[in-house]
Amino acid sequence: MNGMDYDVIVLGGGVTGCAAARELARYQLKCCLMEREEDVCSGTSKANSAIVHAGYDAVPGSRKARFNVEGNAMMGPLSEELDFEFQRNGSMVLCFSKDEEGGLQTLYERGQANGVPDLRILTGDEAREREPNLSDQVTAALLAPSGGIVCPFGLTIALAENACENGVEFLLNTEVQAVEPADGGYRVRTSRGDYTARFVVNAAGVYADVFHNMVCEDKIHITARKGDYCLLDKEAGGHVSHTIFQLPGKYGKGVLVSPTVHGNLLLGPTAVDVEDKEGTATTAAELADVTAKTAMSVKNIPYNKVITSFSGLRAHEDGDDFIIGESAEGFFDAAGIESPGLSSAPAIGAYLAEQIAAKAGAEKKPDFQPVRKGIPRVSQMDPEARAALIRQRPEYGTIICRCENISEGEIVDAIRRRPGAVSLDGVKRRVRQGMGRCQAGFCMPRTMEILSRELGIPMEEIRKNGPGSEILVKEGGEA
Amino acid sequence: MKTHDIVIIGGGPAGLAAAAAARKAGAEDILILERDQMLGGILNQCIHNGFGLHTFKEELTGPEYASRFIRMVEEEQIPCRLNAMVVSITKDKEITYVSREEGLVTIQAKAIVLAMGCRERPRGALNIPGYRPAGIFSAGTAQRLVNMEGYHVGREVVILGSGDIGLIMARRMTLEGAKVKVVAELMPYSGGLKRNIVQCLDDYGIPLKLSHTVVEIHGRRRVEGVTLAQVGPDRKPIPGTEEYYSCDTLLLSVGLIPENELTRGMGASMNPVTSGPRVNDRLETDVEGVFACGNVLHVHDLVDFVSEEAALAGESAAAFVKAQEEAGKAAAEPEGHAVCLQAENGVRYTVPQTLDIRNMRDTVTVRFRVGDVFKDRYVAVYYDDQLISRRKKKVLAPGEMEQVVLKKESFLPYPDVKKITIRTEVE
Repeated sequence: MNGMDYDVIVLGGGVTGCAAARELARYQLKCCLMEREEDVCSGTSKANSAIVHAGYDAVPGSRKARFNVEGNAMMGPLSEELDFEFQRNGSMVLCFSKDEEGGLQTLYERGQANGVPDLRILTGDEAREREPNLSDQVTAALLAPSGGIVCPFGLTIALAENACENGVEFLLNTEVQAVEPADGGYRVRTSRGDYTARFVVNAAGVYADVFHNMVCEDKIHITARKGDYCLLDKEAGGHVSHTIFQLPGKYGKGVLVSPTVHGNLLLGPTAVDVEDKEGTATTAAELADVTAKTAMSVKNIPYNKVITSFSGLRAHEDGDDFIIGESAEGFFDAAGIESPGLSSAPAIGAYLAEQIAAKAGAEKKPDFQPVRKGIPRVSQMDPEARAALIRQRPEYGTIICRCENISEGEIVDAIRRRPGAVSLDGVKRRVRQGMGRCQAGFCMPRTMEILSRELGIPMEEIRKNGPGSEILVKEGGEA
Repeated sequence: MKTHDIVIIGGGPAGLAAAAAARKAGAEDILILERDQMLGGILNQCIHNGFGLHTFKEELTGPEYASRFIRMVEEEQIPCRLNAMVVSITKDKEITYVSREEGLVTIQAKAIVLAMGCRERPRGALNIPGYRPAGIFSAGTAQRLVNMEGYHVGREVVILGSGDIGLIMARRMTLEGAKVKVVAELMPYSGGLKRNIVQCLDDYGIPLKLSHTVVEIHGRRRVEGVTLAQVGPDRKPIPGTEEYYSCDTLLLSVGLIPENELTRGMGASMNPVTSGPRVNDRLETDVEGVFACGNVLHVHDLVDFVSEEAALAGESAAAFVKAQEEAGKAAAEPEGHAVCLQAENGVRYTVPQTLDIRNMRDTVTVRFRVGDVFKDRYVAVYYDDQLISRRKKKVLAPGEMEQVVLKKESFLPYPDVKKITIRTEVE
């Protein structure tokens, strides 16, 4: 490696970085992934629409179009290989007047040009036949059977675990401060020291412009575009079966109503550009906007069944397309990854890995292990298998989270896997503890005890997510 | 598959009292399934006093009150499974539970008493804008961490909601050395007991701001403060009334929700007002042989009433099993005449919802809550259009459970009554 620490350093442990890491792990390359937070899937990848888009939105010829359609096609086999939740529930784009139907036609044509399979335009009545709760105002709808829903945490963590198993090092709690050319490669200065590598993959989400601009001649600019969401109880999960969009506007694909793979109902997002790249506070105005806009698409949404609201930041680049590929010698961008980034991630990861491997002249590893088994979802197992598992490991028989029926064994697994959960949110994203209707009211103290025991740290050091988010306060000292 | 006469789901105050009463009524084969590590339920974290004034004529702490019932159950040698989480109940009363020791077990019950209690409404359900930092607790979660585990949850506290747990926690946090800055209540009245407002807020100089709510949560990692605002009659924040409170902790005491996933799963009809199952005067749901009591049926204010109600459910379950065994041997009960109870004019609901005037006990206690604060109002009972009783109350408040007692003999003149109405009246 010419004295370099690594062949490749991936900046960012979101879905794009993890996908790149997992694909790079196929090759004989020494790789590491750096993440500022304590865990992967801590930024945009944890707070989004959880949609695998069909690929009719993006302008033909754009990188968004290409990677979306490719990523969509990869998602099915990948979900089998890596054992995460994915469902092809189909999506619909609604329009509410004759004037808008041209817009629907444009999407249809784009979809055809992008190679989206089985698109159809339905009349309002045909659409309502498939989705009885659609608004009476709907005059036509574009149906895309290949649209899907995915667990964004499940996907990202599965990619990370598989990359880790195949030799990628994960440097968490590692904030990258600078990237500078050095000896035919790059020196990456971080909060935990300097590291060198021949290649860098920039998958730094809303901060990708910062690192790009440190290295590349042509500058880019990323705006954090915030979206607020409301998540409804599983009682409301069957309100629609397809993902329901409205015709896209200037700020993206508009507000959707969608079931989630876990059976909840998701409403959102709004779209507001924010100055602060950490500005994930929801606002009353935007939450009200979610309600108003979703009510236009779908009738009788039981808004009183909301169990949580949250917001996420999309990394919007001024050029309105993904920036993917070698932007400077050995510096590979995956920047401006806003929607359909989640859908595109597997394809982006594969593309970047191929490019880098070719450039490095790296061979494939003969012992790459592509299959990853997820943590057993005990409550969904058939009774015999569940009973057998509990006999083998009794901690799968102690239910900690009542609402989602999550056992101690699953929580222990979430902590012991690599990269593993180190906080309540990390456990929650891996096994859904606390994600149900009581939002961890009952199980939080128990989960904290398990974290404390498994990590060998006192209860006072258990965090929600990251430094400063300790749940308890120490006696006497500062909070 | 093992069979038990009576299986009680939950070993909190309701389940324990139901078990003790069922045994007293002659039931031999009773099993209690408890999901936690010990019996007593939420009482174990309620270390304040004030329990048992009605039941034992003395003031006990929560754990003391629970221990009296635990002792009864132990003396009667009623078996319990701890750490046993029921995952499903069928209409045919097959119960599946999971535990570390036994794995996944399915048992058959002849009768079931549902006593799963309730849970707290979480922050998410309120849709409060802002960040989602650490330091936001439902009051009961904080109570458990402080009282049972011995930890500190915060130093500067704002409490949203004036439910009883929130009021109790205002005092507890103060005694633990924290500064409770304010209790904000969305409604123009408190949802808690008057005595708790006096003993937990007034005695410690903690202000209660009625018609106020939290409109924003500040702080990315840990709560740094909240913004309160006054709300109008529509409960919407009034612009310009915002006030910032710095704090590291926000406790929520914004309502309790009966935990009826299992009840719904077996297909019992529910009452949308109580969020509990619909029951008759024996506290039997519309799934035959399945009874409900305590906070799973409707949220109570005092545990004493839970015990009383649960005793009825336990006795009813015992009688049901006995009747099943004797079916064919003894003469059947006279044909029933079930009458619906209707809540009207300020009365939000009644428990039970139906009453069999031919087969009822000599007296039946009907419990209810009102929907607003009323002063100098009457609580009136009608059989069809006939006024039967009227009782004047100086104050009626949503935080306090009310009751009327109906006597079997009072129905003698009205054998064909179709409807019993309970309502408030001004004059």
